[in-house]
Amino acid sequence: MIGAAIYAIITKDLIFATIGTSLISLALSVIFYLLHAPDVALTEAAIGVALSTIVFVIAVRNTKRYEED
Amino acid sequence: MKKLVIISLLLVLGYSLMNTFSDIEFGKKREGISSYFLEHSPDDLQVANTVTAIVVSFRGFDTLGEVTVLFLAATAMGTILFRRRSKHTGLNPQRKSPQASRIVQAAGKLLFPAIMILGAYVFIHGHLTPGGGFQGGAIIATGFLLLLISYRQFKVEHKYVTWIESLAGLSFVTIGLLGMILGPHNSFLENFLNVGSLNDLLSGGVIALVYIAVGFKVGAELTGILDTLINIRETGDID
Repeated sequence: MIGAAIYAIITKDLIFATIGTSLISLALSVIFYLLHAPDVALTEAAIGVALSTIVFVIAVRNTKRYEED
Repeated sequence: MKKLVIISLLLVLGYSLMNTFSDIEFGKKREGISSYFLEHSPDDLQVANTVTAIVVSFRGFDTLGEVTVLFLAATAMGTILFRRRSKHTGLNPQRKSPQASRIVQAAGKLLFPAIMILGAYVFIHGHLTPGGGFQGGAIIATGFLLLLISYRQFKVEHKYVTWIESLAGLSFVTIGLLGMILGPHNSFLENFLNVGSLNDLLSGGVIALVYIAVGFKVGAELTGILDTLINIRETGDID
């Protein structure tokens, strides 16, 4: 999870950063489940992993890349 | 002058907030009410899932507020992002995004009914198993999302979404008002049905009904938001 967070910060490509944040959410929902909070885990899995990732992907697809790498 | 007014307003606000919060001791463990919930929700309401009992019954009015906030967010998003496609003026030309691959389409078709059933299960069994209206609605919205990203011609009819949303919200409020009329203590969202026995599908009284309404509402709202966003991408008018 920490690795995914660091990756999401340092990577140049915004799509990869979005995938990193969704990995964080996935790990977080597993942690919630292990801490005996299955309600919160379900919410995190549905909203954090699927919906917010898609919203970010849509936003990123509407942007342009200015710098060359 | 304006700054003085703002600063004095902030001071008044800060003083009233300090008055309120200075009574609460910092870092003290307060267990009084949670143990009450844990003891009373299986007996009084016959609800196996204590979280659901708190969210819908003990704190039902807060849940109504949450649903309202979500509704306002969806409405505001639709207002801000709604743009009509105009083919004639060329202001918002329709950008052709590539069709999703055949694998994605077939998988979407295969997974959509399963996701729908899972979402419906989660909010119908909200009082028995973990989960509830919000979670089930979000799962249903992901199912529609799968269809939206795999089929470009698939569109959600906003008319029906609005109808489902309004009816679900209305039934939530109606159940609450019925509790005010029929319940033994005449309070909002009070249980007026037979509570049944623990771990039964028909237990918990109105909790299951409220969670079904919340599930429909959240699913319709999130689907509407996603449809608005994705169609904005299709028109491609953000530059």
